[in-house]
Amino acid sequence: MSHSSRSLRRLAVLTTATLALAILAGCHTDMWHQPKFKAQSANPFFPDGKTDRPLVANTVPVGYLRDNEAYYTGKVANKPVAQMPMPVTRELLQRGQERYNVFCEPCHGKVGDGQGMIAQRGLALRRPPATFHTDRLRGMPVGYFYDVITNGFGVMYSYASRIPPEDRWAIAAYVRVLQLSQYAQTSELTPDDLRKLQESMNATTSTESKP
Amino acid sequence: MPQVFHRSSNTLARLSIVTGAALLVSTVLIGSNLSRSPYVTQVGAPVDQPVPFSHKHHVKELGIDCRYCHSTVENSAVASVPPTHTCMSCHSQVWTNSPLLEPIRQSYLNGTPVQWNKVYDLPDFVYFNHSIHVQKGIGCNTCHGPIHEMNITYKAQPLSMSWCLDCHRQPEKYIRPREEVFNVNYQPPANQLELGAKLVKQYNIQKGQLTDCSICHR
Repeated sequence: MSHSSRSLRRLAVLTTATLALAILAGCHTDMWHQPKFKAQSANPFFPDGKTDRPLVANTVPVGYLRDNEAYYTGKVANKPVAQMPMPVTRELLQRGQERYNVFCEPCHGKVGDGQGMIAQRGLALRRPPATFHTDRLRGMPVGYFYDVITNGFGVMYSYASRIPPEDRWAIAAYVRVLQLSQYAQTSELTPDDLRKLQESMNATTSTESKP
Repeated sequence: MPQVFHRSSNTLARLSIVTGAALLVSTVLIGSNLSRSPYVTQVGAPVDQPVPFSHKHHVKELGIDCRYCHSTVENSAVASVPPTHTCMSCHSQVWTNSPLLEPIRQSYLNGTPVQWNKVYDLPDFVYFNHSIHVQKGIGCNTCHGPIHEMNITYKAQPLSMSWCLDCHRQPEKYIRPREEVFNVNYQPPANQLELGAKLVKQYNIQKGQLTDCSICHR
């Protein structure tokens, strides 16, 4: 066999082997599943099987120092505070409305009458969701609502892990809006609002009187 | 001296050239189509879960907002599979006797996590952050499909690189107003491209950067 044909054959073998290797290399998945752990993944290293670690006892993560009792607990000396810790602006109330509709509305209802979807499911609830439109709750200081969101109340669980403090205050302020919306005196309304109220009442009466 | 090859060798030779070429082309075609098919990407295949959780029931029928359970989606890379505490904030009161919910109750009693199976599993070399997509007006449905119609959750999109790039090259095709991100019934308007281009500008989306390698591979 000549020298050139031997080197040609060697070249062919090498090319085939390289191609095969390249194709096979496309099949490996060790970069898809790397030996690292992402949020919420299982982890055989820790006894509880979780990658997410609980806080070390007696430590405070950066940004979680709760040094303002009134702001972070809604209470001072175990009594709910009556003042919002921030100015109540339109933006704050709109934020409160949005958060209320995410976290509270399923039970307490769009207008806070305790007639949310969960209450309407016809299931026999041992304790139905509260309506905000009672003398007792209208008389509660705003810090009370902050405290209930933070720690829960009755059968209601704590929402502290899902709603950060500033949003809890926004929701508490919005609960006040809802209370006012269902309990406003006609003497407090502007002439424009009164006219709208009258119109909507007329509209309701006329639809009701239809056969 | 007799002929070395039979006459039919001519036909065989021609046939083998044609067959060889056809085989090569069909291998490439089958391979590329197979790798995009639901058989490989698992699009539309419901994933078994320890509890047969229905998004259709909770989202469409009860009207619960996505964020009630996936509460970190606006501020964090992960939307979060809710902790058992979230399930129990309703199910300590409703369906308390349902055998289907037994794993949830056991998890809450024992403090052991429910091991949900991942539906959207990105390769580990891809960086993905939910919050930036939510903040820039990419709706839940855009990637998660008709989640409010799913009894058992399935993957609605292939999550291939070309699929990601389709939007990263032209975000105006999919972007929606921020306040519509969590609206599962949102329908894109007829002038989507026009509105989309406006929103891309308004939300300060740097289209030039969206196809940089390091945007997703970091």
